[in-house]
Amino acid sequence: MISGKLKILEHALLSMGRRKQKNFAIIAVYTLTVATLASILFLTQSLRTEARNVLLDAPDLVVQRLAAGRHDLIPNHYAEKIGQLPGVGNVTPRIWGYYYDSLKKVNFTLMGIGPKERDLQLFSGELPKTAKQCALGNGIAKAYGVELGDSLVLVDSQNRTLLYEITGLFDHQSNLLTNDLILLTEPELRRFFNLPADRATDLAVQVYNQREIATLAKKIKYELPDTRPVGKTEILHTYDTVFNWRSGIMLTVFVSALIAFCILAWDKATGISAEEKREIGILKAIGWDTTDVLMLKFWEGLAVSLSSFLLGSSIAYLHIYFYGASVLTPVIQGWSVLFPEFQLTPAIDLYQIFVLAILTIVPYIACTVIPSWKSAITDPDSVMRS
Amino acid sequence: MILNPGILALLFGSTIAFVMLLYAAGLGVKILSRWDPQSSSEEQLLLERKTYLVSTIVNFAFGFEILSGLLFIYTVEDIHRLFIGAMCATGALNANQIGWLALLIKIILFFAAALWVHFNRLDQRAEDTPLVRPKYLGLLLLTPLVGLDLFLQYSYFTGLQPEIITSCCGSLFSLGNDSVASELAGLPAKPTMLAFFLIAGSCLIIQTLCLASKKAIFRYLLFVNALALFFISMASIVSFISLYIYQMPTHHCPFDMLQQNYAFVGYPIYIGLFTGTLFGLIPGLSQPLKKIASLKREIDKYERRWLLLSFFGIVIFLLIVAWPILFGPFILLGY
Amino acid sequence: MAALIQTEALCKIYNRQRPDEVQALSEIDFTIEQGEVAVLKGPSGSGKTSLLSLIGGMTRPTSGSILLSGNDIAKLPERFLAGIRRKSFGFIFQQFNLLRDLSVRDNILLPLYPTELKTAEMQKRAGEILESLDLASKQKMKVRQLSGGEQQRAAIARALINRPQIIIADEPSAHLDSKLTEELLAILTRLKTEGKTIIIATHDPSIYQHELIDRSYLMHDGSLVEAEQL
Repeated sequence: MISGKLKILEHALLSMGRRKQKNFAIIAVYTLTVATLASILFLTQSLRTEARNVLLDAPDLVVQRLAAGRHDLIPNHYAEKIGQLPGVGNVTPRIWGYYYDSLKKVNFTLMGIGPKERDLQLFSGELPKTAKQCALGNGIAKAYGVELGDSLVLVDSQNRTLLYEITGLFDHQSNLLTNDLILLTEPELRRFFNLPADRATDLAVQVYNQREIATLAKKIKYELPDTRPVGKTEILHTYDTVFNWRSGIMLTVFVSALIAFCILAWDKATGISAEEKREIGILKAIGWDTTDVLMLKFWEGLAVSLSSFLLGSSIAYLHIYFYGASVLTPVIQGWSVLFPEFQLTPAIDLYQIFVLAILTIVPYIACTVIPSWKSAITDPDSVMRS
Repeated sequence: MILNPGILALLFGSTIAFVMLLYAAGLGVKILSRWDPQSSSEEQLLLERKTYLVSTIVNFAFGFEILSGLLFIYTVEDIHRLFIGAMCATGALNANQIGWLALLIKIILFFAAALWVHFNRLDQRAEDTPLVRPKYLGLLLLTPLVGLDLFLQYSYFTGLQPEIITSCCGSLFSLGNDSVASELAGLPAKPTMLAFFLIAGSCLIIQTLCLASKKAIFRYLLFVNALALFFISMASIVSFISLYIYQMPTHHCPFDMLQQNYAFVGYPIYIGLFTGTLFGLIPGLSQPLKKIASLKREIDKYERRWLLLSFFGIVIFLLIVAWPILFGPFILLGY
Repeated sequence: MAALIQTEALCKIYNRQRPDEVQALSEIDFTIEQGEVAVLKGPSGSGKTSLLSLIGGMTRPTSGSILLSGNDIAKLPERFLAGIRRKSFGFIFQQFNLLRDLSVRDNILLPLYPTELKTAEMQKRAGEILESLDLASKQKMKVRQLSGGEQQRAAIARALINRPQIIIADEPSAHLDSKLTEELLAILTRLKTEGKTIIIATHDPSIYQHELIDRSYLMHDGSLVEAEQL
């Protein structure tokens, strides 16, 4: 039983090989469709993973101050008040801000580094110790074409041009966060942005028990009504929602491309050549049943699907991870066009592959059902009558 | 509404399956009204050929339903992060009332489609195809079920509000809640375990009896027993089997075991249970068909295979389930 | 002893109740015994091919019955007819009808794919038949590279691979010269001595006058007009 059925598969592969031109067109278009959909899925997936990795090291709770509904600097003494709440570990005031370089047209994050922060992963060199030193992310080093030991030119809030010696670089493989990051010492950053000494940008709060985060957030809000505590999980699920939504929208757009492809597939499957029709007639005449021909057609369809699927997803993989998603990045990243370019770390999970398979193989097989049936019911005596 | 690639694939695929089944149902109506096995007209020949198309479409839909059942669970698993408080798929299913209903319809659809495919095959082996009418009437029932499946999935996913704080499996299955799921979790472990092993044991005994004897009564008993075993097994997975697999006294989630963390052990468990149940139902359902001579021959030829499939499905299920209970370090009944 | 094949009042109408309706066969009573060779004579369009398709289970009659070893196959569903074609009949067509881009060996294996035979058994049978028809050296070649005689033998090999009881040949000598026709007749004679039942439709005298023929039927306008037992 098995051997016979396998023989039909073998014959399907053989006859596909014999009809290269016909199959080439369909496989090419199919591959392109798969590659497009796969690129969207892979890109979203790795952005999600990047975001999740960033947030892995993020503080459990970030407390910002709101003034007139807008983000404002937070007084340092809030930190002591929060630190006294039960269940709270360290409370660290953080100093950071954005810096826009009009020449390079890129946005950076400038962050002050206090004496405690020594746990950031450096690719090479060391963290800045004096006011004249800095460490930077890979994206910035690329944007300016600078290396370790070179100098970085920045213009401060008083419009003075300052030179900083680069003492450290962040890891190549590093993520979204460090890619556009410049670290200065904390006093230097306060001077750079002209910030008051008793205020910070926000407070990073460590919470011992993860289940208590929501409760603590409520308490902080109650004690300090002008603050806005933001939990790590909240950020995480916001990111997820946004990425899901964006890729969903993109996919919906491309599903129309998928439908166009299905029409092509239908058309190709319907228009079988006289030669092919003769062959099916012969098979029917020598004892093949309709079911056997349907099986043959099914194997053919599956072989086309699987080869296009593998080819298409490999192309998408190369596109996203080796060519930096050059085609898609501007569309899907959206808000981050101002970021320096960065390399995505391959992050593919089986779920995405499975989704992709259902999204592309199911409609193709569905499109070929009726045409296959039409050719499978060829009269067995058609060969005798011709 | 949440727009996620998995949701899109589910809705897109289910729509395709539904449209195809509608078409098949249309053919079915035509076949039902004009079928005449005595006629050698060209119309009858065309109808005969159309039955191939209907079979192919239902086979396709059946294959898709299996995949979509898996995709549904994976997707629910994937989107649980969007719900504050949802720790796994259970939390996401709980986010509105339709989630569990959609899953239930998927399970029913799996069995219904499997049985249709099965009886179709049986019928096609008989020269006089005696089951044409019941089969196509069945198809007319199967089609709305696929439509319902699509509708429920659509309502479930569009009704999702990611902001809603849902309970995670910890709290859904914790004993204080009065949903069906928590009632299952709240079943006292010892009697549930006793009932589970009793019914599973009797199932194996009846299967052995069916293999040894041709008596109809054993087939009907097996049918009832397999059905009972399916429900009690589902309840048991939530109630105590999951606890042994996760080795945690409060983790009742029936889906987590499909994940890599638990070595995908959920797959053999569910495959064993579903295969065992399906092939346990089939001999009982086929028994009345033995009155038809052409079918009796075919049933007699394959019945042994069905019984063995059912037997081994349940044995695999039982072995995997019983292993951690008998040999694992986790002890539930001592509490 | 019952006849191997017996048709009673066999009728075939194509495109019934349509303007292009054709009565291909009417009231055919045809009989052949096990191990016999029968020939259907008659001009083209007289219904020889239609009768062969009906007997060979390729299509169903409009009315009448076809008894194959006593069982009526006239009303069987198509999928059972396929099984009968596969098990009981070997077909040799006028145009050879081989798949031109496949090798000889793959061509002759085709009828076995839907069966439940093991691959090793299939290959064994193919080897034996290729050997007996002197095609062993050509088995890897594509059919389109073969000469007419070799194609003819490949077509016969394909008809024999499923070890049929009955061989049906439709104008087998239409594309053969006299030397190849003799070769064909030699093969048919050998098959007869092996006990096969053979039905040939032809208007080639070198075939229907050959000594191996046991029965001869003359067809005209869809009817059997003359039957003689030789």
